[in-house]
Amino acid sequence: MTLPVYVQGAWFLGAALFIFGLKGMSSPASARKGIVVAGYGMLVAIAATFLIPGLQNLALMALALALGGSAAWISGKKVKMTDMPQMVAIYNGMGGGAAAAIAAIEFAKGDAHSLATTVLAVIGALIGAVSFTGSCVAWAKLQGVLKKAHRLPAQNAVNVVLALIAIGLGGAMVLMAPAQPELIFGFFAVALVLGLIVTLPIGGADMPVVISLFNAFTGLAVGFEGYVLGNPALIIAGIVVGAAGTLLTQLMAKAMNRPISNILFTPMVASGPGEAISGSMKELSALDAAAMMRYASKVIIVPGYGMAVAHAQHKVWEMTSILEEAGVEVKFAIHPVAGRMPGHMNVLLAEAGVPYDKIFDLDEVNGEFGQADVALIIGANDVVNPSARTDKASPIYGMPILNADQAQNVIVIKRGKGTGYSGVENALFYTDNCRMLYGDAQPMAGEIIQHLKAMG
Amino acid sequence: MDGLLALYIFMLAAFTGYEIIAKVPVILHTPLMSGSNFIHGVVVVGAMLMLGTADTPVQQAIGFFAVALGAANAAGGYVVTERMLAMFKKKEG
Repeated sequence: MTLPVYVQGAWFLGAALFIFGLKGMSSPASARKGIVVAGYGMLVAIAATFLIPGLQNLALMALALALGGSAAWISGKKVKMTDMPQMVAIYNGMGGGAAAAIAAIEFAKGDAHSLATTVLAVIGALIGAVSFTGSCVAWAKLQGVLKKAHRLPAQNAVNVVLALIAIGLGGAMVLMAPAQPELIFGFFAVALVLGLIVTLPIGGADMPVVISLFNAFTGLAVGFEGYVLGNPALIIAGIVVGAAGTLLTQLMAKAMNRPISNILFTPMVASGPGEAISGSMKELSALDAAAMMRYASKVIIVPGYGMAVAHAQHKVWEMTSILEEAGVEVKFAIHPVAGRMPGHMNVLLAEAGVPYDKIFDLDEVNGEFGQADVALIIGANDVVNPSARTDKASPIYGMPILNADQAQNVIVIKRGKGTGYSGVENALFYTDNCRMLYGDAQPMAGEIIQHLKAMG
Repeated sequence: MDGLLALYIFMLAAFTGYEIIAKVPVILHTPLMSGSNFIHGVVVVGAMLMLGTADTPVQQAIGFFAVALGAANAAGGYVVTERMLAMFKKKEG
């Protein structure tokens, strides 16, 4: 099909706007403008597609756009900031599903294609389908629908066999093109199951990396299907996202000190009994915590998933403001994988109104814990566990951590005595300079605020 | 499309994506993941092309499904990214 020049031009403009938008999003000051620019790119690309002469099913198309678009628009408006990771996962999965479906229609039509086109269609279909079901599992886990990591016996063998079957069926589709409907159906069934099986055993702590990986997958799938359709806008958008997502995944995996292969194929377990932890956990009252921080000169706050679950970010910022008015220097220290998505904590703090120049990365702030009077840890656990530095047998050994243990005093707000997401005991909680404040982060911060106000 | 030309596009696009992300501060990782998620929502254009040329009811059904999914990817990705980025500001105000 030869396309009119205004359609091609509009797609070109769309692709250019995507790149400008993404570039804008890479700096906090221009980020908002970036997404709006990319949004115009999308509108232009979609509108131009409607103008292609000879397209059928236009009413169906409009209906599908309205249904899918409005459902996602409304759910996206409603979702709480805390639940953002799983929303990103599910929208991403839908993109993967769409890419796989495009390939399915292409195969069903059975038009003759060059070898390269068929191969790319099959690869795009495979990774799109895996991203679709895998992202659905990731959503279910983060949403709490699926509570546990399910591991099959010989999980890795099952993964490999399924992957080989999927590749085998894909290969058959290339060789026998145009493929029989049974073969097409079998290929998609296996690919969809593969996404499920691969993702089910992965624990919640690793989900950020997995979501990012599936994001890259969907990007690649879209890029490959773009080639099949002969649409450069899809190729550019898909491959740019594929490359960016791959890099982003690597950055995250590096922050956790776990190679991606490790995250996908190895359960997080201790490689030995681990070093014995001596000492005991010592409790503290909200009043003492308030006094400790009120008369400190420097406080570093380390937020974690516990703050997110408790929706405590607004209270935490209120507390911070009171402390700052009293002349205390307060900084926020964010571990790259705190929460359930990289930068998850930054988003929550930004929601509460914390200016981003008070928020510091691991590398920027780690040297400052030594000069801090108080490190306040709110619902974070593994990211401040000193075992990661010292205990070779620990499953999180080698992960860069925030050196909260080097502060004069450590206060930990925590719901109970349990372990973190990795299931590892935290040696920090047993040290002499550490005090525990048991309770939900929001009421606890509220109590501290009351005491701070009483102190004036 | 010309196979070799497509290969050039692949190469340049991959390089572009890599370069744009390489210098991004950690605080933007989540919105950026979400933003790039939005951008691959352009798959909806491909889905529209397929639905627009679907011949059989089965193809129409899959095409309808594809367009709805792609539209959800684009719309949802846009809304959540915009909401997150709207919160980033330097000072209170």
